[in-house]
Amino acid sequence: MTETIIWTVSVLTVLGLLLSLVLFWVARKFRVEEDPRIDEIEKTLPGANCGGCGFAGCRAFADAAVKAGNLDANYCPVGGPETMKKVAAILGCEVKETAPRVAVVRCNGSCANRPKVNEYDGAASCKVKSSLYGGDTGCLFGCLGCGDCVAACQFGALSMDAATGLPVVDEGKCTACGKCVAACPKRIIELRDKGPRGMRMYVSCTNRDKGPVARKACAAACIGCGICAKTCRHDAITVTDNVAYIDFSKCKLCRECEAVCPTGAIHGVNFPKALDKEAVKQRIAERKVKEGDASTTVGMTEKKEAGNE
Amino acid sequence: MSKLTFSIGGIHPADSKLARESKIEVLPLPPKVYVSMFQHLGAQAQPVVAVGDKVKAGQIIAEPGGFISAYVHSPVSGTVKAIAPRKDLAGFGVMHIEIDVEGDEWAEGIDLSPELVTDIPEDREFILNRIKMCGVVGLGGATFPTHVKLNPPPGKTADCLIINGTECEPYLTSDFRIMLERTDEIVVGAAIMQKVLGGCKCVIGIEENKPEAISAVRASIKKLGFPGISVGVLKKRYPQGGEKQLIDAVMRRQVKSGGLPIDVGAVVQNVGTSLAVYEAVQKNKPLVTNVMTFTGNIVPSERQHNYLFRIGMPLSFIAEQAGGVPEGTVKLVSGGPMMGKAIANFDATTVKGTSAILCLGEETRRHPETPCISCCRCADACPMGLEPFLLKKLYAVGDTAALEQNAVQDCIECGCCQYSCPAYVPLLDNIRMAKAQVMGIIRARNAKK
Repeated sequence: MTETIIWTVSVLTVLGLLLSLVLFWVARKFRVEEDPRIDEIEKTLPGANCGGCGFAGCRAFADAAVKAGNLDANYCPVGGPETMKKVAAILGCEVKETAPRVAVVRCNGSCANRPKVNEYDGAASCKVKSSLYGGDTGCLFGCLGCGDCVAACQFGALSMDAATGLPVVDEGKCTACGKCVAACPKRIIELRDKGPRGMRMYVSCTNRDKGPVARKACAAACIGCGICAKTCRHDAITVTDNVAYIDFSKCKLCRECEAVCPTGAIHGVNFPKALDKEAVKQRIAERKVKEGDASTTVGMTEKKEAGNE
Repeated sequence: MSKLTFSIGGIHPADSKLARESKIEVLPLPPKVYVSMFQHLGAQAQPVVAVGDKVKAGQIIAEPGGFISAYVHSPVSGTVKAIAPRKDLAGFGVMHIEIDVEGDEWAEGIDLSPELVTDIPEDREFILNRIKMCGVVGLGGATFPTHVKLNPPPGKTADCLIINGTECEPYLTSDFRIMLERTDEIVVGAAIMQKVLGGCKCVIGIEENKPEAISAVRASIKKLGFPGISVGVLKKRYPQGGEKQLIDAVMRRQVKSGGLPIDVGAVVQNVGTSLAVYEAVQKNKPLVTNVMTFTGNIVPSERQHNYLFRIGMPLSFIAEQAGGVPEGTVKLVSGGPMMGKAIANFDATTVKGTSAILCLGEETRRHPETPCISCCRCADACPMGLEPFLLKKLYAVGDTAALEQNAVQDCIECGCCQYSCPAYVPLLDNIRMAKAQVMGIIRARNAKK
């Protein structure tokens, strides 16, 4: 009995020692030389493997960054500027400052604003729904409400608001990876600069129909009237295809566009005070008088006169 | 002779041919018609009239926008009011020509008399040109331009023309009615197409649930004496009217994946198309009228109708003529219940291929989806031999290579899988998306070559 135990233990020990020598030799002989910085960068990255950077995962990102030796083609939207600074320090290069971004839902077609004209009982997927027909409201461009964006978000930043039927972005959780932007068949979600202290302006509508059609379909639609573009002193607003768009790099957050918008399609978020529309309108009128340029009012009177003739 | 049918899959939905006894009635003209520029498969037609022009019924108002496209004619006489986008029945904007109806004057050269003309023109090119100029498209559902289908590419010859009188979709009775009331015209139409295809044999396939039509067509063939035309009696089964299924049933030949019927020497045309071909070739009458059914499970029997309509009539106008949409309707469908399209916009207008307006009640509402129980009923029902449950799963994970391997592109969108699913999984909705995706990949690859 004892003999058997001694034999077993000794044979296994000798075998173990021999195999370990083989393994040691293999590990030395077939070692893959890899830049240690790849591991270092991977540790620095958030490790979500979301693909928001355009690479297959965090390691692929690190690999590409080390191979390129710079960060021109790499930006981690989840980690943001702080992570990128750390990555840049490891690589010993500079990183461009990029403002943090956030997903913005550009549709204001809540159940109250946009009445349903038919009922959809097909598969619960925006993609399927948009392929079948124009949607259950009069608006061909707005949110379909089946929640493809919610399903696409890996960070739990999107949720459907049962009262409005529209998706809501949790700014704290949104990493601006862009998955929801790609998932939306109506392309209503946009990545926009977060803005100072989260304050930002945007047009919450993508309806390219002409004014009366858009207005009939949705009470809060952008009707492309262009008053916002005329009011804006910073040249930040353009109206193309009957829908206004605010260039966030030019916007100075004066909120005048929001005050003059007749349908309430322009939204300002995270401002400390609620907007006093009348006061802002007053301010605009006073400024126009002071400048001696009452182009908006003059333009309108001219039109009326022309119509009378 | 034993009854024919296709070899795999298929379902047996309830017949529901409620309007089968209603004779075809001619609808009055509405005050305005809106003619869509997208009434056929292929490129959109291009308008050739301007706002303010006076048009006569049967006059060309739009030209084909490509090789696979068709002429569009004015269905009425009147004044062109507008050429602008308008919502179609799915709610998407499509170019329409709006015409104010004034009287009912037809363009010159159109024979409106009911006399039967049995002498078929000798010249093949003349016949094909007539069919093309009259804007005839396939009226079985796909609205593929007929002149293209009747002109096989060089090196390929047809040895059997199949006239599709199966009408396998529940509820629809328009094809049944024209087989009873316009029998001789259909047979002459079939003989014309037979001639164009080089004198091949011709089988008119009719399902066994239409015995009156079978005997009427048989009597007409005997009376007119055209050689090589026969009636094929088919078992009742859906989707027997599918091109590939019908070829399998009648000729016992299978069209390979990615192939066309002409590869196995077959050309399939609907009975409606046969009638349109007759009118185009023998009477020079363009395709501006067609027969449709107004029916549904909650429509009272006295309000079930078969109508001869003109293209461009608003659907709501037709419903008004039929006494309105009955109360309790939860679904309005244009076409049959299996392959028809839900009507999202009731102001949309009829097109060449409109076959029915269905008013369906509460019991047709879809059930909420539950998890797949892997019973494989969908695979048993699929007439193309696909595995719908697998295709849905592959689409969910986005594996396009595996989808192509599993032949998602062969799906004919008949809906048998979804109909037979006990778990109410929206299989077809997902497969349709997958098919579109894979077809896009295949097209891009072919374009590269």
